[in-house]
Amino acid sequence: MQFFIEVLIGGLLSGVMYALVALGFVLIYKASGVFNFAQGAMVFFAALTFVGFQEVLPGWLGLEADSSAVFWLAFLLAFIAMIVLGSLTERIVLRPLVNQPHITLFMATIGLTYVIEGLAQMTWGATVRGLDLGIVDEPIAWLMDNYEIGVSKFDLFAAGVAASLVALLAILFQYTKVGRALRAVADDHQAALSIGIPLQTIWRVVWAVAGFVALVAGMIWGARNGVQFALTFTALKALPVLILGGFTSVPGAIVGGLIIGASEKLAEVYVGPFVGGGIEGWFPYMLALAFLLVRPEGLFGEKHIDRV
Amino acid sequence: MLYREAGQFKASYAEDARIFPIRQDRIGFWVLMLVFGVAVPLLADQYWLKAILIPVLIFSLAALGLNILTGYAGQLSLGSAAFMAVGAFAAYNFILRIDGMPFLVALVLSGATAALVGILFGLPSLRIKGFYLAVATLAAQFFIVWALVKFPWFSNNSSSGVVTAQDVTILGYTFASPEAKYILTFLIVVVMALLAKNMVRSSTGRAWMAVRDMDVAAQVIGFRLMRTKLLAFAVSSFYCGVAGALYAYTYIGTVEPEAFNLDLSFKILFMIIIGGVGSIMGSFLGAAFIVLLPIFLDNFVPMIFGQSLGAGFVSNFQLIVFGGLIIFFLIVEPHGLARLWQIAKEKLRLWPFPH
Repeated sequence: MQFFIEVLIGGLLSGVMYALVALGFVLIYKASGVFNFAQGAMVFFAALTFVGFQEVLPGWLGLEADSSAVFWLAFLLAFIAMIVLGSLTERIVLRPLVNQPHITLFMATIGLTYVIEGLAQMTWGATVRGLDLGIVDEPIAWLMDNYEIGVSKFDLFAAGVAASLVALLAILFQYTKVGRALRAVADDHQAALSIGIPLQTIWRVVWAVAGFVALVAGMIWGARNGVQFALTFTALKALPVLILGGFTSVPGAIVGGLIIGASEKLAEVYVGPFVGGGIEGWFPYMLALAFLLVRPEGLFGEKHIDRV
Repeated sequence: MLYREAGQFKASYAEDARIFPIRQDRIGFWVLMLVFGVAVPLLADQYWLKAILIPVLIFSLAALGLNILTGYAGQLSLGSAAFMAVGAFAAYNFILRIDGMPFLVALVLSGATAALVGILFGLPSLRIKGFYLAVATLAAQFFIVWALVKFPWFSNNSSSGVVTAQDVTILGYTFASPEAKYILTFLIVVVMALLAKNMVRSSTGRAWMAVRDMDVAAQVIGFRLMRTKLLAFAVSSFYCGVAGALYAYTYIGTVEPEAFNLDLSFKILFMIIIGGVGSIMGSFLGAAFIVLLPIFLDNFVPMIFGQSLGAGFVSNFQLIVFGGLIIFFLIVEPHGLARLWQIAKEKLRLWPFPH
């Protein structure tokens, strides 16, 4: 039982990390109807830019390498880089493709993935780097002593970050003017346009916010597994979460992430040995698929009504 | 002046229903056949045949398969490479385990196996649409490759999962030289392309297109959705399966499941997007483009920047150019290269007059 709970909690917490990546997808899909496959590459780009600045800033400014000033400055610069990237994407890729079928936009974001990957590695090099957030990846002593359940401090920290990020986004969406405009655009492009909401500005904002989410996700994933090319594959982890939760739902991304994370780890531990292991790659997809057969729009997705 | 149907009258139903209604098109078709079927194998060197022409043909076939599913039946799929893997390994096992299995029969059987698997993974399409379906087809991609790696039976217990394709022998003749392999691939691809062209002109193809344009409306006027969609998955997977078998037998020779990864699926999708969604010819143009582009970049990038740059820089630069070109093409001609050809034909009809 203890082992079961341990696996379950570990799975839930890793699910939070999937949800972090899925969140970026949802934001862009909601606001612009673009299924942004480049989100994984953006995570990689953001993390690499952050680590890169952390390396070069002390030399430029004469600061201590591990001072908090360097950390926050690098964070800020990486965020600015993501804003620039998002704006450029909007201007160069999305604006000329307005009104094209969804599949064309999707293919464009796959092209964008290659560009971002190449750009990131060209600027900062392809070496694997460590990223230290100052949180050690070890079990919480109190839980370990009293219940013998190992829960990683780092995972808990990641969950906390994700929770605050979602809260922040919720506030942004619900209580600010920009947020209201974002929701209007997500609801109906043309109606939003006709009452004077600047669509292109909104898209830039959304890409910037998605860039911010990618930065946070990239830092947490990077601190966990090292900042390396494999970070781009986080997108593949996030896709089943997306279809399970629904493309258009922020809570869906979180709940979907939790379900996928928990069931994936449980399946790997309890089913994996019978079929030779390594089922993490496809199990989430099968699970999401089975789920979709019951609810074709995902858990919280908008129900689509066909009119002839 | 040169290219117009004026004066070509159709005197029978057979003439009315032929694939190329305009005489110039028919001549063009036969010229192409002669050039690529006779002149190319006689003149091209081994590198061209092995590294460019054979893969272009094979990927054209795979793109054709995906085009049937995505372009004609409107079901977006990201798992085409997995169906190629099914075809490759099915052909390997049929030839390995059944004595005296003729190659062409094995090829058809491998396609049929892929079709069965395709139907299985096409079942969700009855409930799920659009990007949800696209992501769901990723399940096929990951599951099939995983299964081929995990169960050693598929690769005849080879430790690394790599299999070596047997010799291709038809009626006692062994296709060993690149020229022979090229001609074999060429013939198979041409026959299958003509079949596909006929299929999409027939009631089957019309049903697919009706479902693509609006499945609810198609259902209302009496198309059976389940039959139509599953048939599209089956035919598409058949084509991908045969392409996979050819990939193993006439192109690479030794295959491993990992070769049929998500990247390959994306490449095949690029081929139909750049070539033209819903166009047989587009599949060929797109495949040629996507196969040739990296080769072109390999030679071109060091040429403009000199040899001084590191290999890392060059490969990253190629990545950027590849992605950038794809975006560029999507922006400039979202309907693909096939559309450019169509526009050219329209212009040719009037030429040299302005109206």
